[in-house]
Amino acid sequence: MTAPALIARELCVSFHKAGGSVQVIHDVCFEIAPGETLALVGESGSGKSVTSMALMRLLGKANRVSLSGQVLLPGASDGDFVDLLAVDDHAIRRLRGRRIAMIFQEPLTALNPVQRIGAQIAEAVRFHGGCSRRAARARALELLEQVGIPEPRSRLDSYPHELSGGMRQRVVIAIALAMEPEVLIADEPTTALDVTVQAQILALLKQLQRDNGMAMLFITHDFGVVSEVADRVAVMYAGRVVEEGAVGAVLERPLMPYTAGLLASVPKLELAGLPGAPLATIEGSVPDPARLPEGCSFHPRCREYRPGICDGAVPPLADLPGARRIRCARAGEWIASEESSHAD
Amino acid sequence: MGRYLIGRLGQSVVVLFLVSLIGFMILNLAPGGPLSQFALTPGMSQADIQRLAVQMGLDRPLIVQYIDWLGRLLRGDWGESFRDGRPVLAIIVEHLWATLLLMGTSMAISIVVGTLVGIAGAIRRYSIFDYLATVGAMVALSIPTFWFGLVAIYLFALKLAWLPAGNMITIGDGSVLDYLHHLVMPALVLALVNVAIWSRYMRSSTLDVLHQDFVRTARAKGLPRYRVLVHHIVRNALLPMITLGGLQLPTILGGALVAETVFTWPGMGRLFLDSIGYSDYPVVMGILMLSAIFVLLGNLLADLLVALADPRVRLA
Ligand SMILES: Nc1ncnc2c1ncn2[C@@H]1O[C@H](COP(=O)(O)OP(=O)(O)OP(=O)(O)O)[C@@H](O)[C@H]1O
Ligand SMILES: [Mg+2]
Repeated sequence: MTAPALIARELCVSFHKAGGSVQVIHDVCFEIAPGETLALVGESGSGKSVTSMALMRLLGKANRVSLSGQVLLPGASDGDFVDLLAVDDHAIRRLRGRRIAMIFQEPLTALNPVQRIGAQIAEAVRFHGGCSRRAARARALELLEQVGIPEPRSRLDSYPHELSGGMRQRVVIAIALAMEPEVLIADEPTTALDVTVQAQILALLKQLQRDNGMAMLFITHDFGVVSEVADRVAVMYAGRVVEEGAVGAVLERPLMPYTAGLLASVPKLELAGLPGAPLATIEGSVPDPARLPEGCSFHPRCREYRPGICDGAVPPLADLPGARRIRCARAGEWIASEESSHAD
Repeated sequence: MGRYLIGRLGQSVVVLFLVSLIGFMILNLAPGGPLSQFALTPGMSQADIQRLAVQMGLDRPLIVQYIDWLGRLLRGDWGESFRDGRPVLAIIVEHLWATLLLMGTSMAISIVVGTLVGIAGAIRRYSIFDYLATVGAMVALSIPTFWFGLVAIYLFALKLAWLPAGNMITIGDGSVLDYLHHLVMPALVLALVNVAIWSRYMRSSTLDVLHQDFVRTARAKGLPRYRVLVHHIVRNALLPMITLGGLQLPTILGGALVAETVFTWPGMGRLFLDSIGYSDYPVVMGILMLSAIFVLLGNLLADLLVALADPRVRLA
């Protein structure tokens, strides 16, 4: 097995406000191998964006946000790592964009409205590569071609408002790819686009990943997209990873009741292969991070809730065979029934 | 572009016409008037005054006087001063550049200082600096310019004797240094309010930009901090300030009038007040029209600059 391209260990994020501080992300752990895609899914407000921004330390000043844990990229020698959360401000700037890059949800606002496309891409190269303006511009042109923008030469001098949403997202992708990063974080890169454009962008990302061998963290709440792009999936709820495993296994046989609920509320049931389950929604909504329920954060909404078991301590993320992990107080029971169903 | 300019100029002509009409009527409906001072002159008979009125054309109906004045103006004849019979335009031009010097200097100071203070306040929001800048701006905005002027004269001219109390040059000197020496105090006093206004707007404009997605994109590229600040944050935060600059012109003109009076600065503002005192209507109307043209052109220029600086804006 090759060394992971990105490791997150016990990542915690708290925001400090006048009224006190609120922990929004709790002990998030995952690894992504080179060339692999990990999908991060969960309802709105579950902490996906905060996690992704924390990985690149883009959340803001130290007096407003505190981060703990480790975010590791491979270091200079084998078995050596750089911790993005531990390096100084200068060093993190040298790593951002060069070794770890990001694509954002809103292509319409992600580009500087008064700067030409070419300049925005070239900028991403110039300040890392130390190369000339001319070389950076040539690289920008190459990138525009690579992300499939028609007539790239004339587009270099366009402004963002002259491009459609899908084209702008391609430009954002070109910026992210400029330094051929080892890790690409994509925070719902297709949510704001219409369906056909969505499919094009997904195909583009997959192809670019094949070409560059990047590790990708793909954030989405669309299970259709998960099955299409991801190798593994991590499900988040209230700032914690609650289930993780290979896409096929998780979609076919979700173990954590939250994952099962999420899948049951997806209209496109074929993809999960759940026979005839009625379209359901999970009652209630994601809790306020400042007032998380005792024990498993999901228990007030859970169908499998057992008093005394689920509302005691926060259950640990238990390791299962087959690189599967779940965080559920009743994990033992699910595993047992899983095994008996295999035995049948 | 051409059509836009023609439209804007057409609008301006309408505005100028209204300004001239309203200004002329108000001026002539006010009690007193150019003839009242002669009434007190010993040896002036009623017949003499009547003769003067005919001579100056003041015996005609107001509307006729207005049309006559406007007609001449359109032909480039700004009329003659009632006071000394010299051409109005020549008198105004004599005073114009003093005002431009004062306003230009003071505006440059306000823009530079106000912008820097505003940016610093926004990126160090809630810091001691931000707090002091906010309080300072509130104080500057709530105290009138003439009061600041008088305090400054008292302090720096009378007590400390660092700077002259007024006028533009020392008689018999007139070197560049002498000009600057006289310019410092009125320019700073006039700038004070505008620094306050400008810094507040710049602060909120910067705060608006600070949290926009494209700034996050710029940070995610790994750009150096100054690059993000200058090319992405400030560049965008300045856009609304251009329009603001245009809109501020009348305020600055009004401030200049006060500052010129307090510091006996020989500019258009002083000339305006003096001319009103003498009921020198041709000069008053001349200054009124010139100021209106200045403000209209300033706003047109601001709009053109916005279109130049912001590719999303199209002139139509
Ligand atoms: N700057 C902040 N200060 C305080 N709380 C924040 C801040 N940013 C996010 N949060 C909180 O963190 C939680 C997670 O938000 P996040 O944006 O990560 O959700 P998400 O999973 O990305 O949702 P969506 O699918 O809507 O994008 C939310 O409860 C949100 O209120
Ligand atoms: Mg999000």
